Amino acid sequence: MAAEKDEIKLIGGWASPFVMRPRVALNMKGVVYEMTQETVGKKSDLLLKSNPVYKKIPVLIHNGKPICESMIIVEYIDETWSDGASILPPDPYDRSIARFWTAYVDDKIPDLIRKLRLLVKGSAEAEVEAEKLNAALQLLEEAFEKCSKGKGFFGGDDIGYLDIAFGSQLGWIKAVEKIVEIKFLDKEKIPGLVAWSERFCAHEAVKEVMPEADRLVEFTKMLLSGSFAK
Amino acid sequence: MVASAAVRLFGMWASPAVRRVEWALKLKGIEYEYIEEDLSNKSSSLLEFNPINKQVPVLVHNCNPIVESLVILEYIDETWKDNPILPVDPLERAKARFWATFVDVKCREESRKAFFMEGEEKEKAIENLQVQLKALDEELEGKKFFSGDHIGYTDLAVGWMTFWLGVAEEAAGFKANYDVKFPNFSRWIKDFLAEPVIKDNLPPREKTVEFFRAFKQLGSCTKVNQK
Repeated sequence: MAAEKDEIKLIGGWASPFVMRPRVALNMKGVVYEMTQETVGKKSDLLLKSNPVYKKIPVLIHNGKPICESMIIVEYIDETWSDGASILPPDPYDRSIARFWTAYVDDKIPDLIRKLRLLVKGSAEAEVEAEKLNAALQLLEEAFEKCSKGKGFFGGDDIGYLDIAFGSQLGWIKAVEKIVEIKFLDKEKIPGLVAWSERFCAHEAVKEVMPEADRLVEFTKMLLSGSFAK
Repeated sequence: MVASAAVRLFGMWASPAVRRVEWALKLKGIEYEYIEEDLSNKSSSLLEFNPINKQVPVLVHNCNPIVESLVILEYIDETWKDNPILPVDPLERAKARFWATFVDVKCREESRKAFFMEGEEKEKAIENLQVQLKALDEELEGKKFFSGDHIGYTDLAVGWMTFWLGVAEEAAGFKANYDVKFPNFSRWIKDFLAEPVIKDNLPPREKTVEFFRAFKQLGSCTKVNQK
């Protein structure tokens, strides 16, 4: 149970899919928090002090105590604000499935996005990486069929742990679609996931914190041009 | 005690990830059937239970497969609630998970590079590994085990470094872990390896060094076939 006078701060950045994860979790729990926006290329003293091992966002600071690593933070939020709907499913086997697919998402998707956003549309390299992303999405489509059990989200009736883990990547998936001009969220190929992605992005806890694809494309251009301070 | 047919573990004798699961099962007093896999000729059962990664360990409980060793540890703790391996407090649980993933992702990556690579890349990996060992050493200040007075989730997660790091060093001819540089870590290794559940459940050292030597000769920086 959280204390009455809780101080909750999130060190983050609007463009980061990893920062989005605890934001969605906090929103789902109705927890009020303050987010500090890190400047790209110049890490704040607070970040370096709170996460000396990785020096990365997000970091949740709860009453002065830092918690690092996005999905660890999500689980912390679930365990600390335990009233109401839970983010992880109640059954241990369902939890293990959610954790497995979250590890799969983290193993495959961010690296593919990082590669694809730097590639040129129509290039052989873009085709190769796009194939890998399509293959991963195909597996996640099957996972969705199994996990959702006919309902709207991986977590069932409402967003859960795996929805947050994977859904947070949607902004960037849409951004790389524009950059390399290849459709990944194709309802012919992955109908379940496409419908799910629309529901996820429209969710109350998500819509204010999901970065827009166009803005991410601009962000990528600025990254490539070295516009950010070092 | 749970009937042995209900809990099965697919493993490979040299794998640290498999031993990690066995340590947890033994700490909890859970009976299980162990199935040794030949990773060069995987059984149809393994491929059926873990079609995505095709790796060991796989825990099968009441015909349900659970994969990824840290995921299995959490499953074990949630299913068999006696002798908990994770702490109760959410902040302590977050710290335990933090160190487990640090070791599993970062330390393993640098160890793998130090093991497989040569020259400058090897030296850089050793340097990075030592920065990581320093962080672990500092975390152990004033504590017998990562989890406190008794071994727990974090110790089981970091546990591969007590044996397999030394094996890798010997097999690949490098040294990263020095007692004098990391005194807390060195003390922890001795205490961890002295625990009955651990010392009675380690592969034979010489045989493991031979195995890793042969493994290194097989190729360059390919992924180790276990998670």
